[in-house]
Amino acid sequence: MKIDFEHLQAAHCENGVTTNLLRSVGVNKITEPLSFGIGSGIFFIYLPFLKINNGPAVAFRTMPGLIFKRTCKSLGIPVVRKKFSSKEQAEIFLEECLEAGHAVGCQVGVYYLTYFPKEYRFHFNAHNLIVYGREDDNYLVSDPIMENVTTLSRYELERVRFAKGALAPRGQLYYPKENTVVTDEQISAAIKHGIKKSVNDMLRIPFPIAGIKGIAGTGKKIKKWRDQLGPQKAGLYLAQLVRMQEEIGTGGGGFRYIYGAFLQEAHAYHPIDELLEISKIFTHSGDLWRNAAVQAAGIYKGRIGSQHDFNVMGDQLIEIAAVEKKAFQALSQIKWR
Amino acid sequence: MKKDEIPQDNGALNKLTKEVVYAVDNTGKYVTELSTGWDIKATALDVAWKDIEERVAAAKQKVINKEASPLLYFMELRLMDIGIVAAYTGFWKWTIKQHLKPAVFEKLSEKKLQQYATAFNVSIADLKTMNVHED
Repeated sequence: MKIDFEHLQAAHCENGVTTNLLRSVGVNKITEPLSFGIGSGIFFIYLPFLKINNGPAVAFRTMPGLIFKRTCKSLGIPVVRKKFSSKEQAEIFLEECLEAGHAVGCQVGVYYLTYFPKEYRFHFNAHNLIVYGREDDNYLVSDPIMENVTTLSRYELERVRFAKGALAPRGQLYYPKENTVVTDEQISAAIKHGIKKSVNDMLRIPFPIAGIKGIAGTGKKIKKWRDQLGPQKAGLYLAQLVRMQEEIGTGGGGFRYIYGAFLQEAHAYHPIDELLEISKIFTHSGDLWRNAAVQAAGIYKGRIGSQHDFNVMGDQLIEIAAVEKKAFQALSQIKWR
Repeated sequence: MKKDEIPQDNGALNKLTKEVVYAVDNTGKYVTELSTGWDIKATALDVAWKDIEERVAAAKQKVINKEASPLLYFMELRLMDIGIVAAYTGFWKWTIKQHLKPAVFEKLSEKKLQQYATAFNVSIADLKTMNVHED
């Protein structure tokens, strides 16, 4: 049992799953940057009361699952999404989907994801992959962060679909319900909608933990980390921040570049030259995120580590907040035709 | 970032795959390129694992000193906090905190020990002695 399915590698798992699933139902024009932009994937949030692996919880993207959900909704594509309390039911439903010819997106935990290198296997439950068939006891798996397709045994797939802990997937699977035709007009409207949503997320959430206020707020916090936590733990916190930021092609820097690419592609649907100019601001912001990571690395490698070095890093984030504020304000002022 | 500035360092992920990176070409247009990794990221991951190793070693010492039950060692080894252990075993967090005391742990029934052993992917005998045979 194998569905005709084309695997395309992506920088980020959910973008990639969205893009590849849409292609499987005949929607071929939605590239990774378009799904990221239409799904309003760009975001920032610092969750002050949550600890992950004994460090700070920072996300540079929206809640898992939203990119697929919003992209399909904006494009008028009906979606099937299911969670399960029983492992048996979860597998039966998956088999039925495959029999019916649907490639299916699955939310999984990476701790038991056997093909991942051990160094990457934390209890992180918001990874996404596509199952597109089964040969004997092995499910055929398209993991969008990988160059090539792979397989998981029944047991291995069940274990990652029922990983436990924060954001437990509970066997969650999802797919576009049927073959669909999406017009250029629909894509144009979805792009506009996605941008407006991101402008709201980044500029108009009134708490200093989310959006650009969250970036600046995190910058201020970093300046205090050395005194509050001691140099060693502060270094660990920074390392965690960088891992959240840059891991697996995604993260702060990477996401800003994808958004820059999205605005360039958006220009093909909305020939408004500001989009290209604003794309450049996001490229600049991505560069600044990377510089901040280099500064952080200096600290967690122990090369530097004075209060001044923490201040520099904090100020870098405050500068990023200012740059992105400018970018999102410019986006909010675009005169759509 | 320009396309020719994309780092091609060695990273742990490189054992599995190269990763897609977005960057601009000479004309300013966004393109994708594969990267083998970035030193800055690789070091961040090394730092995280060095910390984990230290925590595991510290936990082992605590168990040997009878300050904690072997659960603490396996929690650190399997990167689990109490919430994750609770989710995998079905015990309440409060109960697990009790079981972290050596005296309480020693009196646990086989059934309860098995719940922990399953969650940590070890045998009951190894759970008690902190032996680990990697899968």
